Amino acid sequence: MNIIYPAAVEVLQFLILLFAAPVFVGWVRMLKCWFQGRTSAGLLQPHRDIMKLFYKDVVLAENASWIFRFTPYLVFGATAVAGGVIPILSVGLPLSATADIIALVALFTISRFFTALAGLDIGTAFGGMGSSREKTIASLAEPAMLMAIFTVSLVSQSTSLSQMVNVIAHGEFVLRPSLAFALLAFVLITLAETGRIPVDNPATHLELTMIHEAMILEYSGRHLALIEWAGMMKLFLFTALGIASFFPWGIAAAGDIAFLPVTTVLLLFKLILAGIGLVLIETGLAKMRLFRLTEFLGSAFLFATLGLLSYFILE
Amino acid sequence: MSTLKESFTSKLGTDARQDGNQYPASVTVFHVPRERFIEAARAMKTSDARLVAEWATDETLFGRGFDILACFAKGPEYLIVKTEAPVEDPAFPTLTKKFVAAYRFERQIRSLMGVIPAGHPDPRHWIKHEDWPEDAWPLRKSFDPSKPIPRVNGEYNFIKAEGEGVYEIPVGPVHAGIIEPGHFRFQAVGEDILNLEEKLGYVHKGIEKRFEALSWTEGVKLSGRVSGDTTVAHALAYCRAIEAMTGCNPPDRALWLRALMLERERIANHLGDIGAICNDAAFAFLLYQLSRLREVILRTNDRLFGHRFMMDRVIPGGVANDITPDGVKEILSELDSLSGEFERLIVIYDENPSLEDRVRDTGILTPGDAKELGVVGFVARASSQSLDCRILSPFPPYDRIIPRMAVLQTGDVHARAWVRIEEVRESIRIIREMLNTLPEGKISVRFDPPPADRAGFAVVEGWRGEIVYWVQSGPRGEINRCMVRDPSSVNWLAVEQAIHGNIVPDFPLCNKSFNQSYSGHDL
Repeated sequence: MNIIYPAAVEVLQFLILLFAAPVFVGWVRMLKCWFQGRTSAGLLQPHRDIMKLFYKDVVLAENASWIFRFTPYLVFGATAVAGGVIPILSVGLPLSATADIIALVALFTISRFFTALAGLDIGTAFGGMGSSREKTIASLAEPAMLMAIFTVSLVSQSTSLSQMVNVIAHGEFVLRPSLAFALLAFVLITLAETGRIPVDNPATHLELTMIHEAMILEYSGRHLALIEWAGMMKLFLFTALGIASFFPWGIAAAGDIAFLPVTTVLLLFKLILAGIGLVLIETGLAKMRLFRLTEFLGSAFLFATLGLLSYFILE
Repeated sequence: MSTLKESFTSKLGTDARQDGNQYPASVTVFHVPRERFIEAARAMKTSDARLVAEWATDETLFGRGFDILACFAKGPEYLIVKTEAPVEDPAFPTLTKKFVAAYRFERQIRSLMGVIPAGHPDPRHWIKHEDWPEDAWPLRKSFDPSKPIPRVNGEYNFIKAEGEGVYEIPVGPVHAGIIEPGHFRFQAVGEDILNLEEKLGYVHKGIEKRFEALSWTEGVKLSGRVSGDTTVAHALAYCRAIEAMTGCNPPDRALWLRALMLERERIANHLGDIGAICNDAAFAFLLYQLSRLREVILRTNDRLFGHRFMMDRVIPGGVANDITPDGVKEILSELDSLSGEFERLIVIYDENPSLEDRVRDTGILTPGDAKELGVVGFVARASSQSLDCRILSPFPPYDRIIPRMAVLQTGDVHARAWVRIEEVRESIRIIREMLNTLPEGKISVRFDPPPADRAGFAVVEGWRGEIVYWVQSGPRGEINRCMVRDPSSVNWLAVEQAIHGNIVPDFPLCNKSFNQSYSGHDL
């Protein structure tokens, strides 16, 4: 097997991440508009929003330190690297060997940590409030996330994402209750991690209710563009991670170039379905009271633990 | 049952002198000496009356000092107590210790008229901000509004909370959404709110002062712009006050059309509000659907009355627009489709547990607090106060077409939303009844300006609640003073009380359930 092919797929996957993530967000917004009986701004609106922000000047607070200026690049970079690790198109990519799923969680944690610091850095009440809320969510969501992932790892006996995909997609098909529990937990965590309803409202303008938005209120111009773009990529990656962990059928095996077109079509199909699922949740639910989050993420943790237990008991 | 008037005369005896220049005659005005003003308030408090409004007038043109007026109400009865303060000693005893609602009225009197409420617990200015000179009193006759005012340095001291982990959140005056400006200062520990203090006055436009430079017929246009979303009710209250002064009786058809517009305004605003409450709980579906229904109403308004909000359609002596039989049919058929769609959406509101979890038990205004603060409108009715001017002090056609009052006990966000829902249903019902009994005839009569030295008073139940106008003619028959009391003037106090025990991220939802007017409050 030559080296050029995996590298080319990696580059392709990276490009897909960069450009498909805003389109996926556009798709979610479009569906949401339709569900609410409105006409939508189109699939490409998030792209246009990002481009607009890149053209704008950055307005920096006088007391902004290097953390504030550095964070957008770090968040964008860490999210992009995470995109190289997750098998979106194919397993056995060069970057996937560098990080397993625990390192992947750590990548998201780093960007969240710095976003929270940047929120505090400016010293506004909203930034601090957002950071405090974000860390509250993180402290509850991350353990649940790891538990859900360990369940999948147990099934495949590995923490490498490529291996996990291989075992589930190319192994014998078994209905596993442990994975069903882990999937439930994963969906709840995804809603919390990506700031969707019922945890956070991505469309709100009410500063007092914001979580993620409150931290980045002071960002503008290219900084905001990078953070927004990274946020879109994060939603895309969590969806891709869910697909890779629970519905990996269709992800190309290492070196299987002929299968790539099929993979792409299947990916598109899965993303469309994921968007519909997300919008059904977001349209049907109101945002929950902030202190209900502990119950919400607690139940995610519970589901993940049940997944682990049922693996040991049943499988 | 003894009326306010009887209990007043029995308590104050011969010191209470009745005023004959006040119209309509059903509203009594008593003059009392300054030292017995507080006693008068006590008598009102023991009779279980609420303070409707308190204001001052500059009587320079009559060759006197200042008058301080306080309006009380109990059930259908309104009573005004009036006392005088000479120019050399512009002060009066504060009523704040008897009536909490006087708190801001008196700060406002001090700020804008320069009459000191002696013994008032809070010396800070209200409406007039700290960058105004201390001696600039815009409501005094000696104040020239055309001259620029020098800017001074000043500081507004918010109530501070101290302790470990206590922090302050300043919000506004400019907000991220398209809403009016107002400043909110939170003292919080973690997410728990210790105290909320409002600072308003950012949309002070000098409306009360401006009235004094306008003719009687121009005044109605200004009153229609006090608060844009309540244009019909404000214009109606103004017209009723000055019509009372002159004994002008608009024809029946005009009265019916006024009520029709008033109810359409109520429906449109309630629809928008119910949707906005849901949107603040991130349930955007209802916002868009209810906004669509609201838009249907507004477009029909535009077609039938020539303006989406029916601005300037109520004029002294009647209304500016008639509707044709086709227009009547159009409204009736629109109501049929509207009420069908509305009921379907309300089922969604009522049956969504995640939404219910947010609106129930959030932002509770207890019935006790509501009574103490003297709140009005749907805010009062959601906290078990049976107040609705359409029912308590009706004017035609409400004396024949009587709405049912929706009163709830819980006083939470849900109660305020549900009172609105019931009122939309009720308004739809009474509009149908009005159109079925719409009298024929003229839509306006000639309005002659009132004679000198008279005062007119009117209350109208706008969609936010009781709107009060008190208009006084000067020695040359011009407008000497026009006191406007939007429901927001008292209801804003309730927001501060309702927020106790809530968490910071629930404030926008609570605030939206009140949805008080900044413009109507700041004037």
